Amino acid sequence: MNRKNKILIVDDEKIVRESLYHWFDEENYYVETAEDGEIALSKYSKEKFDLLLVDMKMPGMSGLDLLIKIKAIDKDALIILITAYSSVPTAITALKNGAYDYVTKPVDPDELAHIVKNALQQKSLKIENTMLKENLEEVIKPDNLIGESFQMKKIYELVHSVAKTDTTVLIRGESGTGKELIAKAIHINSNRKYSPIITVNCGALAETLLESELFGHEKGSFTGAQFKRKGKFEMADGGTIFLDEIGSVSLRMQIELLRVLESKQFNRVGGNDLIKSDFRIITATNEPLEELVKAGKFREDLYYRLNVFTIVIPPLRERRNDIPLLVDFFIGKFSTVMNKKKKKVSKEASDFLMDYDWRGNVRELENAVERAMVVGKTDTIEVDDLPFHVSKNVFELDEGDNSLSSMEKKYIQKILNECSWNISKAAQILGIDRATLYNKISKYDLRKDEY
Amino acid sequence: MDIYLTPLKFYNQLLLQNLVAEFSKRFSCKINVVDLKVNIDDFFSIDRQQYYSTQILAEVLNLTDHLNGKVLLLTDVDLFVPALTFIFGEAQLNGKHAIVSVCRLHEEFYSGISDEKLLLERTIKEALHELGHNYGLRHCLDWDCVMHSSNGIEEVDIKGNSYCTTCSKAIEGYRW
Repeated sequence: MNRKNKILIVDDEKIVRESLYHWFDEENYYVETAEDGEIALSKYSKEKFDLLLVDMKMPGMSGLDLLIKIKAIDKDALIILITAYSSVPTAITALKNGAYDYVTKPVDPDELAHIVKNALQQKSLKIENTMLKENLEEVIKPDNLIGESFQMKKIYELVHSVAKTDTTVLIRGESGTGKELIAKAIHINSNRKYSPIITVNCGALAETLLESELFGHEKGSFTGAQFKRKGKFEMADGGTIFLDEIGSVSLRMQIELLRVLESKQFNRVGGNDLIKSDFRIITATNEPLEELVKAGKFREDLYYRLNVFTIVIPPLRERRNDIPLLVDFFIGKFSTVMNKKKKKVSKEASDFLMDYDWRGNVRELENAVERAMVVGKTDTIEVDDLPFHVSKNVFELDEGDNSLSSMEKKYIQKILNECSWNISKAAQILGIDRATLYNKISKYDLRKDEY
Repeated sequence: MDIYLTPLKFYNQLLLQNLVAEFSKRFSCKINVVDLKVNIDDFFSIDRQQYYSTQILAEVLNLTDHLNGKVLLLTDVDLFVPALTFIFGEAQLNGKHAIVSVCRLHEEFYSGISDEKLLLERTIKEALHELGHNYGLRHCLDWDCVMHSSNGIEEVDIKGNSYCTTCSKAIEGYRW
């Protein structure tokens, strides 16, 4: 059963009590307030609180007196003192008397959140979220990760087996296959799910910007840097960092990355303090990293560091039976966004979508459905509603593999698909006997899920 | 119930228009812009050089009886509550009124570089967030959900720009 952490706020100033009350209330804590030390003591003797926030300077019993009295009742009591800047030396005395920490008033919300989280974690009190449901038997998928093909089921199995570990994962796949969604699936199935997954598209950032993005900067470290800024590695503390397009990182940044991955420590740009961060790393690429290593464009040591557990996402054309599911999902999505009625798909359009080569993978399919939802005049998506470039013949020659066997494989796949894998019927259309067709299916490793 | 966007010392008309357009896509209810003619000068703290948001909300409370729906105040000024150095916004939990400051949502506040697209994205998130409190939502632990807490601009940027499935159920007329 979930239990909310209980916090007692002790401050003689009503406006401070109220503002802290609201802040913690919104954070899902059970909060009570006390206007002086006597009331606080009385409340604490009746009910145990997980954490106390105590103002140092109060009329009557001071925060320090209250701390000493509560510690006498419960030596494990977790107390954070709130102090004005001028009374910091007194706060240090309080620390010696067993206070967990102190904050100066007014307190930076980020600092307060950090101290409270650390304090409660030290007490091994896990923050529970009644809103997130967990099913341990199944892989929790991000809402838009769609696919029931055997290839995707295999990927879910891989996600399931690697998620709970802290193993570094390399996700490979063509552009548009959903590498980020798989990274997200790993994260939300991991023990790090209550901390964020931070995505960095390494290919989209210039080298100088990438450094500041990843490591953050201190106030005044460059013109315009008016405030300190946390970097992506720091934000990923407790969670996961997902580095997309890792193959496009410069050699200089590769050295920096390797250093951070090994030590989990770094400096903000313009800073001297060493920042520690506990993150899991997931990377993704559509580039042949092995070739980049051979060409000297990617460090071999970094490659081995990242390539610990690999998940390869198949292109959409190799898991065609996911297409109807995806089409249905995207129609639902865009009908909601565009506030339109959910459309059907005509037989011709459906066949077209099934046969198309989808070089741009799921992203291209999503764009095609979006376009069809915009331009279509009726309640049904027709072939004409699909983007112009979609209407290519699926059997036009590939750029890469034009071998006779490749074409034969594709053609047999197509016919099997059209016949719903009725072997007799497919063999008849192909003009071969059933045994030959079975041999071809075996030779080309064709599967029902694969058409 | 409608949503009333109310500019208070808020001068970025383009941002307001874009927010109305975005909200109109996301909510089935009517999105209105109303001018409440509130003087908030009394709530300015000379010491802190910021405005006390709880007092602003209290001031507006009695001026909106004629409005049937949620009232979201938008301001350019920097906001505070006494215990904290600043806040991005404040809302009445299960109530009618909320306020969002875009002061610290400007990218130039941090890096000196202006980014209007990012400003809109951040404003949408914080406006949806405070509105969520009006609909009774507390903070969500799902980082993809706009109801996740954000105590710094980095967290505003990380969290999602829409409600999670669970939180969206509490929001009347939310389409996404």
